Amino acid sequence: MSYLSSIVFLIILTVGVGFFAKNVKKIIRNIKLGKDVNRSDNASERWKNMALVAFGQKKMFTRPVPAVLHFALYAAFIITQIELLEILVDGIFGTHRFFKPSLGGFYTFLISFIEVLSLLALIATVAFLSRRNLLKLPRLNKVELLGWPQKDANLILIMEIVLVACIFTMNGTDEVLYNMGKSHFEGQGSFGFAISQHLGPALFGSLSEGTLHVLERVGWWGHFMMVMVFLNYLYYSKHLHIILAFPNTYFADLNPLGKFDNLESVTKEVKLMMDPNVDPFAAPAPDAEAVPSKFGASDVQDLNWVQLLNAYTCTECGRCTSSCPANQTGKKLSPRKIMMDTRDRLVEVGDNMDKNNGVFVPDNKSLLNDYITPEELWACTSCNACVEECPVNISPLSIIMDMRRYLVMEQSAAPMSLNAMMTNIENNSAPWQYSQMDRLNWKDEQ
Amino acid sequence: MSENLVVPTMAEMLAQGKQPEVLFWVGCAGSFDDRAKKITKAFVRILNRANVDFAVLGTEEGCTGDPAKRAGNEFLFQMQAFMNIEVLNAYEAKKIVTACPHCFNTLKNEYPELGGKYEVLHHTQFLKELLDSGRLTIEGGQFKGKKITFHDPCYLGRANKIYEAPRDLIQKLDAELVEMKRSKANGLCCGAGGAQMFKEPENGDKDINVERTEDALETNAQIIAAGCPFCNTMLTDGTKAKHREHDVKVLDVAELIANAQDL
Repeated sequence: MSYLSSIVFLIILTVGVGFFAKNVKKIIRNIKLGKDVNRSDNASERWKNMALVAFGQKKMFTRPVPAVLHFALYAAFIITQIELLEILVDGIFGTHRFFKPSLGGFYTFLISFIEVLSLLALIATVAFLSRRNLLKLPRLNKVELLGWPQKDANLILIMEIVLVACIFTMNGTDEVLYNMGKSHFEGQGSFGFAISQHLGPALFGSLSEGTLHVLERVGWWGHFMMVMVFLNYLYYSKHLHIILAFPNTYFADLNPLGKFDNLESVTKEVKLMMDPNVDPFAAPAPDAEAVPSKFGASDVQDLNWVQLLNAYTCTECGRCTSSCPANQTGKKLSPRKIMMDTRDRLVEVGDNMDKNNGVFVPDNKSLLNDYITPEELWACTSCNACVEECPVNISPLSIIMDMRRYLVMEQSAAPMSLNAMMTNIENNSAPWQYSQMDRLNWKDEQ
Repeated sequence: MSENLVVPTMAEMLAQGKQPEVLFWVGCAGSFDDRAKKITKAFVRILNRANVDFAVLGTEEGCTGDPAKRAGNEFLFQMQAFMNIEVLNAYEAKKIVTACPHCFNTLKNEYPELGGKYEVLHHTQFLKELLDSGRLTIEGGQFKGKKITFHDPCYLGRANKIYEAPRDLIQKLDAELVEMKRSKANGLCCGAGGAQMFKEPENGDKDINVERTEDALETNAQIIAAGCPFCNTMLTDGTKAKHREHDVKVLDVAELIANAQDL
């Protein structure tokens, strides 16, 4: 019997982890579709950022209520991995509470700690569900979340509730069985776990030994199965941030937020243009980057890989959108939607490649227009509120700017008044029509 | 009133074989916009009072390219940048001060990679330096006890994390500095950034500058202090939209200091 369950366990584990690994490979391949950008400098600063922002959740705490709730879930998630480790050992070797004999009192403390955090996580999950569905927080009910994104969010929360329920069923029934001396763990007494030593007898005290054994296994297997389901659901959900928040904060831009990158391809051309020694009729150098580069971005492949990593990392919390001045005043722009669109398009491009032996076959669609409209892009004030707000250092602004670059430099599709502004700068070096020779007139004006 | 502003140009300085302590980058708004010109003059009056050895580029200055870059025109931005860098480097400029956070950000962050490496200061930082070194003294004057709220310009605050310099200056006026509900890193944009100054807003249900002006009015401040010529325009328009232009003034930090000293 125990061999059989070990085999079943191993099969589920292998299939679960294997399927997840396959999807992780897809994510990595898709992220690598992005252009290269060097983020290998300043490793110590990057580690520090990751420790503070991802691990320490520093930026979450600007909004204390969700921050505390989220921290409970996060802490429970991290600590429960210890119990998961025991489940793996027990599952493979057919043991029961493998760590208990060697850890002794520390084991009791550890499981108690997990139980307390799990209870807090349960409270947090219920609070999160009510914030979404009863209190209807504006940022969690914006138009870009209607339909699947809202279901996705609720589904994740429900899975977390099931997970916690499994933990308490497992420990609670095992406690009652141990009281009776019938647990798979040798001996008789109380495990002394903070919550289940009370909750177990209260809930399951009146059940028969047989039912208790069944329920204990349901809790144990349920916990394990939920972990496998959750692991594999990640790829399809908005929940990848539990993993990607770490690389995302590590690779985030370290420059002051006001510093936008200078396009190197443009620098080359401008230098050439301003160099009096250049022969204007010279043929281009034979191999100099055979494919002429596109200025700016109209599709996901034109973005850099960090921007694509950003898109997978986004968990659609909407802090960016709720702080966006354009969105607050009713404009169509929503930084969260920029990230969601980028990911959706990236997934579409990836699926296209899967269907065509790893080669992308043009599908007459692009991130620009089919997902993100120029109206959204032109509503941005580049104020960096979205970047400042993001708890995992995503930059929707950099994507907006790259797409504006495409609109202006490839399509000359700027709004009329901006074209006038740019013409003025070209002609008289000011955004308004004043002669450069009048620049110092203010000195003598009354 | 007759003004005797002393505004030497870098060319004049060079002709005399001199190198000023600091180059004052006036910027397009500061040079041409009627409202912003007042800020420029106020700042110069303070510089003159503190005997700061400065010079401007005058007709040799050109747009930094900021609005072009934020509008997506990297070509135009870099052309402007290279032209300005050539001029600045020819004069061997080391230290630059400007009253425009957009010029400040561009000069400070985006020019170095293109060959323009300078120490760049926002005028509130520079004034703070003057104050700390004892070259400038500030008295409250007419602003003593008045309620003043400071609007963080995005390109000074979030973009470059400069929150304290302007606030320190306001507090030196013996004024009561009151914060808006959204300030510093959470400050709301005035609506002008990202080249919005030069276009109509997209369709929505409100203008951003009105939303921001409401934040400021909520504090019951008599004066909204700004540190950016564009924010200044947006918030002034905002007070007009709310019919409060008669009792709430929008003033640059440099104007506050100059007015307090009756300069």
